[in-house]
Amino acid sequence: MNFETTIGLEVHIEMKTNSKAYSPAPVVYGAEPNTNTNVIDWGYPGVLPQLNKGALEYGMRAALALNCEIARDIHFDRKNYFYPDNPKAYQITQAQTPIGHDGWLEIELEDGTKKKIGIEEMHVEEDAGKNTHAGDGYSYVDLNRQGTPLIEIVSKPDIASPEEAYAYLTRLRQIIQFTGVSDVKMEEGSMRADVNISVRPIGSTKFGTKTEMKNLNSFEHVKKGLEYEAKRQERVLLAGGEIQQETRRFDEPSGETILMRVKEGKSDYRYFPEPDLPPIHISDEWVAQVKGSIPEMPDVRRKRYVNDWGITEYDAGVLTQTKEMSDFYEATVAAGADAKLAANWLMGEVSAYLNAQKVELGQTALTPEHLATMIKLIQDETISSKIAKKVFKEIIKNDTEPKAWVEEKGMVQLSDPAKLQPIIDEVLDNNAQSIEDFKNGKDRAVGFLVGNIMKQTHGKANPKVVNKLLMASLKER
Amino acid sequence: MDYFTTDLTSLHEKLVNKDLSVEELTKETFKTIKDRDQQIAAFLALNEEAALKQAKELDQNGIDPANVLAGIPIAIKDNIVTKGLRTTAASKMLENFDPIYDATVMEKLAAAQMINVGKVNMDEFAMGGSTESSAFKVTKNAWDQTKVPGGSSGGSAAAVASGQVLAALGSDTGGSIRQPAAYNGIVGVKPTYGRVSRYGLIAFASSLDQIGPLTRTVKDNAYVLNAISGHDSRDFTSSDREVPDFTQGLDGDIKGMKIAVPKEYFGEGVAKDVKEAIKKAIKTFESLGATVDEVSLPHSKYGVPVYYIIASSEASSNLQRFDGIRYGFRAQDVKNLEDVYVRSRSEGFGDEVKRRIMLGTFSLSAGTYDAFFKKAAQVRTLICQDFAQVFSDYDLILGPTAPTTAYGIGDEINDPITMYMNDILTIPVNLAGLPGMSLPAGFSNGLPIGMQLIAPQFREDTMYKAGYAFEQATDFHKQVPTIGGQN
Repeated sequence: MNFETTIGLEVHIEMKTNSKAYSPAPVVYGAEPNTNTNVIDWGYPGVLPQLNKGALEYGMRAALALNCEIARDIHFDRKNYFYPDNPKAYQITQAQTPIGHDGWLEIELEDGTKKKIGIEEMHVEEDAGKNTHAGDGYSYVDLNRQGTPLIEIVSKPDIASPEEAYAYLTRLRQIIQFTGVSDVKMEEGSMRADVNISVRPIGSTKFGTKTEMKNLNSFEHVKKGLEYEAKRQERVLLAGGEIQQETRRFDEPSGETILMRVKEGKSDYRYFPEPDLPPIHISDEWVAQVKGSIPEMPDVRRKRYVNDWGITEYDAGVLTQTKEMSDFYEATVAAGADAKLAANWLMGEVSAYLNAQKVELGQTALTPEHLATMIKLIQDETISSKIAKKVFKEIIKNDTEPKAWVEEKGMVQLSDPAKLQPIIDEVLDNNAQSIEDFKNGKDRAVGFLVGNIMKQTHGKANPKVVNKLLMASLKER
Repeated sequence: MDYFTTDLTSLHEKLVNKDLSVEELTKETFKTIKDRDQQIAAFLALNEEAALKQAKELDQNGIDPANVLAGIPIAIKDNIVTKGLRTTAASKMLENFDPIYDATVMEKLAAAQMINVGKVNMDEFAMGGSTESSAFKVTKNAWDQTKVPGGSSGGSAAAVASGQVLAALGSDTGGSIRQPAAYNGIVGVKPTYGRVSRYGLIAFASSLDQIGPLTRTVKDNAYVLNAISGHDSRDFTSSDREVPDFTQGLDGDIKGMKIAVPKEYFGEGVAKDVKEAIKKAIKTFESLGATVDEVSLPHSKYGVPVYYIIASSEASSNLQRFDGIRYGFRAQDVKNLEDVYVRSRSEGFGDEVKRRIMLGTFSLSAGTYDAFFKKAAQVRTLICQDFAQVFSDYDLILGPTAPTTAYGIGDEINDPITMYMNDILTIPVNLAGLPGMSLPAGFSNGLPIGMQLIAPQFREDTMYKAGYAFEQATDFHKQVPTIGGQN
């Protein structure tokens, strides 16, 4: 029997608003526990939520970027449940009127095929705090994260393989980054996915029973977990077993999924309209205004790189993979660097450095201005490409102005014929045998002579100019 | 201090003329409270030290002749949070709770230079109509100390009616200001939903709650409402409409005013003595030149069930934060997290609160939501439409505030359905977000009878104008109760 897989993803992304979704407390990552909180975040008696309009607009922006329809009459709902990281004992969310619905995004698989994945709905809600279970028998609650605005994006069951799930997440992160709504920093947990998967015999009209994995914050884990889970479900079915509706956990060391709990009926969150926040009407003008505020999306940039700057389709795709890289690239070109050379450097040396050091661009000292200056120095032959590698090592580690640095270090290439000719003459005078060899057709002699000239100039001589002058001098001898 | 024979304006005059200092007034007030409250049991906490300090400062700085409220003592219902002053909502759950912030109305009263003398008793979390569900004490009716003061703002009403203060703040979710005002023969106003900020009011039912003043006279009431009204950026349900001066237009002239009397407000369950008093009041209005017609509010009969579903549903969610984790009561010797929740809430909440949490939880549950909460929300819309229909032709609606006069302490506490039915005349006003006023309209067996005036949204001015005209034409508000055998 052959099976087909159906995958659904619910992705939570923290938005980078200045303040929380329903309180004026700041949203800052990594602060001392409970310092970025106020009475509203604590669910203190008597407090009321204050809607952050910016969070709602960010949500609208993300929904529009994901090609969603925008709901025009929205209200908020309460989702009720008890947990210490949830001080009001309800989450303010949009259950009945999500701001966006029926959207889509396009994924590209490794073999280049493209596929549209539907988005069921996208809504704005608030994050919970964080519980830490310490070894001293106590559990500690940190409410800094409480109230951080989130968007939740729910896919349609269009994802048919773990590879597609991976591509979907990559694409989703890219789009959201480009909207400017979130930096989507995986290491800070600002993007988390709940995934569900079921398999069914090919041709079956009924979906199989789903299993769930919650709160995954690594695309790799999503892919591996889904791969394992698809195979496990197939094995169970082939052995005549039944899939249970259950929540499982991806165990990284073993690469397996492990049963956490079997679902017994649906949780009842007793949703009802949030009476503390009046319903909101979203006008055509408001939608148009938010639409106008969406920054250029990656596909548009990609086309622009190809058409305007002559970059290859592939390179343009790589450069627009993250907003950080794409912004950096554009700034480098804007600072006067040749677009193709800038692309080569970013995809070559810069990417190699980032991979080797396992850092992001923003964590290095490199600036678009310095990179552009260095590229210009190469182009106008002030430095050789060999020297450029030294310069690059310097400017990615330290905030060093490259032009001043190469001058100070005496790395400027010697290209002036008036200065090079005496050196060439001297080398030729001292190597009569090589001249002889050259005339007898031994090309190796040229290399030997160039090497000597380079040695005399401490490697600073411009090889192109040296070659030209040397050939002319040899012919004269 | 005798608050029985004075009002804000004359007291203010004394303070301005320095016939009386704010400090003397404040000291006298505490003396009266300590004496009279032994019989009434309205106060839960006194704010004596801070009040006297504020009084001395006001004496030093002088009383602004333009500010009638400067230096006037006021009592605050205990579900309004007061910075540093114990706020319990009359619940064991918050027995030791000292808030770290002030409710918006407290900031506004402070700006108006009123003096908070203390916190007054109420039904636990404002759930009840007799103040008997308080975890701490049973407050007595000012007119007969064997009777309930009404509720849930029973402490506020009894404190004013017994002459301990001239004004108090209460809160009204289904009649909790108007009904105790009626039982105690004073003036109580529930403003339009959104007129007064709810920030700092410990929520019972968010879509219905509203803070309002209880006073001896209509004009005093208007002065206090002036001070506490207005938009608040911390309450998204507060209105940004301009607040008129509610004391303007109190001239007794209501000629041509069109008043509607719903026939449903005289149905079975409304006592004969109450009906008679209101019929007399109608005659008074007619003699003042108003026209009075009978109308129908056909959906008002559904008000009580609709209210108990919606209010309890919202309450079940609002009260979840009292979970024993961050503040308030936590059960001892708990085994695990589940135990913290179950035992803290079982031991911290009283019976009436638990009854409503259960009703609300049931109404919102997946299998019952459509038949209960959703249906109730739909009927609520019909009730609003009934009012809109009447207000397209009339300026005011008039009727009794409560079906009976105050009943005996202990008489109904174990009969929730009968007690819930007491709210039948006040509830629709909250469901529709309208302003409502109760004012004295008669006596029966020595107990006051309250008349209710209901106005269109944000037309408190009409209500005050009519109430003032009626008050000037009658002398019910001049009657004084007997407390502990004296007055």
